[in-house]
Amino acid sequence: MRDLVRNIRVLRWRVLARHGALALTTLFALIPFVWMLSLSVKPPEEIFQPEFHLWPQKFNGLENYSVALTAAPMHLFLINGLFVCATIFLLQLLVCVPCAYALAKLRFRGRDTLFAAVLVGLLVPPQALAIPHFVLLHVFGLLDTYAALILPWIISTFGIFLMRQFFRAVPDELIDAARLDGLGEFEIIWRVMIPVAVPAIAAFGIFSVVAHWNDLFWPLIAIRSEELSTPALGILLFRDDEAGQFLGPLMAGATIIVAPLVVAFLFAQQRFIDGISFTART
Amino acid sequence: MTAVAPGRQHRLSHASLVAGLAVAPAVVLLALLLFGPALAVAVFSLTDWQIGASSFRFLGLANYQALFADRIFWTSLVNTVIYVVIVVPGTVGLGLVVALLIEAQPSLRGFYRAAHFLPVMSTMAAMAIVWGTMLHPTIGLVNRMLAEFGIPATNWLRDPRTVLPALAVIGIWQGFGFAMVLFVAGLKSVPQSLYDAAAIDGADRALDRLRVVTLPMLGPVTMFVLILTATRAFEVFDTVRVLTQGGPNFASDVLLYRLYTESFDFLRTGYGAALTVVYLVIVVLLTLTQARVLDRRVHYT
Amino acid sequence: MSGIALSAVAKSHGATPVLRGISLDIRDGEFLTLVGPSGCGKSTLLRIIAGLDAQDSGAVVIGGRVVDGLRPKDRDVAMVFQAYALYPHMSVFDNMALPLRMRRLSGAQRLPLVGALSPGRRPIEEGIRHEVEETAALLDIGHLLSRKPGQLSGGQRQRVALGRAMVRHPAVFLMDEPLSNLDAKLRVQMRAEITALHRRLGSTFVFVTHDQAEAMTMSDRVAVMMAGELIQVGAPDELYADPRDMRVAEFIGSPKINVVPAAALDQGTRAAMAAVPGASALAFRPEAADICAPAAGVLAGSITGVENLGADIFLHVAARPAHSQGALPLIVRVAPSGRRFAVGDVVGVNPDPARVLQFDAGGRRLKARERVAA
Repeated sequence: MRDLVRNIRVLRWRVLARHGALALTTLFALIPFVWMLSLSVKPPEEIFQPEFHLWPQKFNGLENYSVALTAAPMHLFLINGLFVCATIFLLQLLVCVPCAYALAKLRFRGRDTLFAAVLVGLLVPPQALAIPHFVLLHVFGLLDTYAALILPWIISTFGIFLMRQFFRAVPDELIDAARLDGLGEFEIIWRVMIPVAVPAIAAFGIFSVVAHWNDLFWPLIAIRSEELSTPALGILLFRDDEAGQFLGPLMAGATIIVAPLVVAFLFAQQRFIDGISFTART
Repeated sequence: MTAVAPGRQHRLSHASLVAGLAVAPAVVLLALLLFGPALAVAVFSLTDWQIGASSFRFLGLANYQALFADRIFWTSLVNTVIYVVIVVPGTVGLGLVVALLIEAQPSLRGFYRAAHFLPVMSTMAAMAIVWGTMLHPTIGLVNRMLAEFGIPATNWLRDPRTVLPALAVIGIWQGFGFAMVLFVAGLKSVPQSLYDAAAIDGADRALDRLRVVTLPMLGPVTMFVLILTATRAFEVFDTVRVLTQGGPNFASDVLLYRLYTESFDFLRTGYGAALTVVYLVIVVLLTLTQARVLDRRVHYT
Repeated sequence: MSGIALSAVAKSHGATPVLRGISLDIRDGEFLTLVGPSGCGKSTLLRIIAGLDAQDSGAVVIGGRVVDGLRPKDRDVAMVFQAYALYPHMSVFDNMALPLRMRRLSGAQRLPLVGALSPGRRPIEEGIRHEVEETAALLDIGHLLSRKPGQLSGGQRQRVALGRAMVRHPAVFLMDEPLSNLDAKLRVQMRAEITALHRRLGSTFVFVTHDQAEAMTMSDRVAVMMAGELIQVGAPDELYADPRDMRVAEFIGSPKINVVPAAALDQGTRAAMAAVPGASALAFRPEAADICAPAAGVLAGSITGVENLGADIFLHVAARPAHSQGALPLIVRVAPSGRRFAVGDVVGVNPDPARVLQFDAGGRRLKARERVAA
């Protein structure tokens, strides 16, 4: 009996210790978001006053958010982000899926060489190709266009690799059955492989969209015009702008930029977490 | 027999035609957007060419000589290494501890997982701006909190001694939730029967379980997380560009930021290309050696 | 003394009961098999004996000592797991040495790096090495000690798992379907090795399996479990010849016992099979009937399959009793003789009335004594 009491006491202590430790790390993870939201609804004088309140004494949210939305084309940043990310992903699929299918399931000369090339390509960080991509786009007069944001990314060795690994796990019998049913190879890709590969495609999609929505390096190089900016570049331009000197509107702007992915994440947490960790482990 | 042979021939050529069609776009684009450019960088690095210029001269290794003689290059390299050396253990260690804590008991698991993962999803450029205000010397949250304990204010991002650690903390903040998720996945794949066996063998205290079962079984996942975190840390750019522009006095200059300014601000294409080649070599070597070294130590078969 | 006594052990997962009050005495040195279909609770019962799970009510006594609340390592039991549960990062030697190290080395001595320097560790390690090597030699795995589990075949892993259990000489061995991951041939060989091991060690063995053939060939006694209940405990031949419940009769024996619903039979057939009032099902083993001419048979039907195993031939017969809706499948063993059977032949089946088992509507066996009384 005394043992039992001691065990319960130990157990309760463990529960408390776990929540205590996790509360600290959770605070570390979330505090920038809390700070951002707090400042985004505060008037300037409150931001600068010595004592700090999480919730403002005078709510200035409407003003801050309307400044953020009018002083910079925030809505354009978001639309550009959506358009660019969606286009990149679709083109990536168009290129990657047939290639991955061929690498996984068809026998042809040069297959091993091509796969080796894909593996080598995986090692190359995209930033290392910025100069030649810039030159290429310059030569074709495409700098500072949507094309400049999209074209360098439409070949994804990572996407090919990921889909190839996934397709390899699909049993050959399924494909042979489809062939006996009279489907051509491209029909097999479209009607058999893609439906089977939905989890992998979703994972790759989440990975790709998150990467390009948040990318700052390449838009900084490829784009000069504000109205073509993607979200990450947009918020930077907004900060360096006149209105961005005020912290309230700046934090409102940051909130607007961060919100879409965060909201999407909160709605489909498991998909996002699976998607991103799945892509990392393959 | 003779009737079969042409049919076979036909089917074979048809199959290779299909395969050719399927891989053609990828092959063309790989050549055009990946291997061609990689080659071009190497070639650029041997010339004095500038973007827009109509002619160029071959300089041999002059760009590399200039690079290695450049004190700022070495500063940025050292800074990057310091940054990586702080971020990698911080991210991996914190990620592992949080994963172990989350999986230890079921209550609030979902909430903790989502909360820690939120920074991974968020746009770093925007969050860097937020961090900038948190680290602000007078109105920033960090100094306000330290003041409560009577610790004098620091200008974190303008002080050469604190700027790299401050950026590293931001790096850890963004990455540790990702490491956590990977570790959680790893923890879930440890078979329960191993813990049962350990309990029967007498390893049933938390620390013994950790030492006998959990940590060894996380070996392969740890390798992934290490490589991933190290590569990402080597690519640090957003925070530097947004918060410090490499300052004060190059104290936070890092390789990728150097690459960006030399190539696209100063338009020194040849020099930038040489820098790129060095960067590329470092990243590739890092990944390959890490994979090899760690693989040998954690492969159990 | 290290018998095991379970009294009224019960457990539920939420609202679903997994074990409904199991009471069972396992004698010291006995080889007892818990057998039943998957989900019957046999593994849970084993885990409760091991201390890996806690029962909701009831008591477990091992070697005269109430062990409820004791941790697995303090119960003097060893366990062999279905997938072996060897530590993949440790060599065979370290796998087998771990239980000894955990017991004999202090916490400080077990520390990585530092532990190796601590005084007094040397002689203990020497002793452990000696014992591990002895056990390994016994199991014929002495040459594998430096390998990792990943480099071993299934049979070798099985031996290492046994070795890890044996090395500290526990009073009780618990085995959770240890043979189910082996191929058929190896399984038969390991059955013999485990029973030989049991004879040599003389410890109490509790063996869990869903394979009735394993249970029948290895054990001193078999405990049949169904749906969280202990249906019958007895020696293998006793279970086979004298099942107390229809479910036991159907579970034990291969091919399965033939079951004929009494309602399907007319008066004469029932009498020919010695049916008693209250019998709702009549059952007989394939070897408890003869094949005869259709007209001479108590039951008759056409042959639907012939399984010739060499020493035995099993005939599958679709019998058509008087009041049966459809065909009633029966299996009858015949000794090989000159007579050849072909699918489609119509034959008679004559069960030996003395060997017909009778069950009431609840599936309970109606014993001979009750028959006489009736």
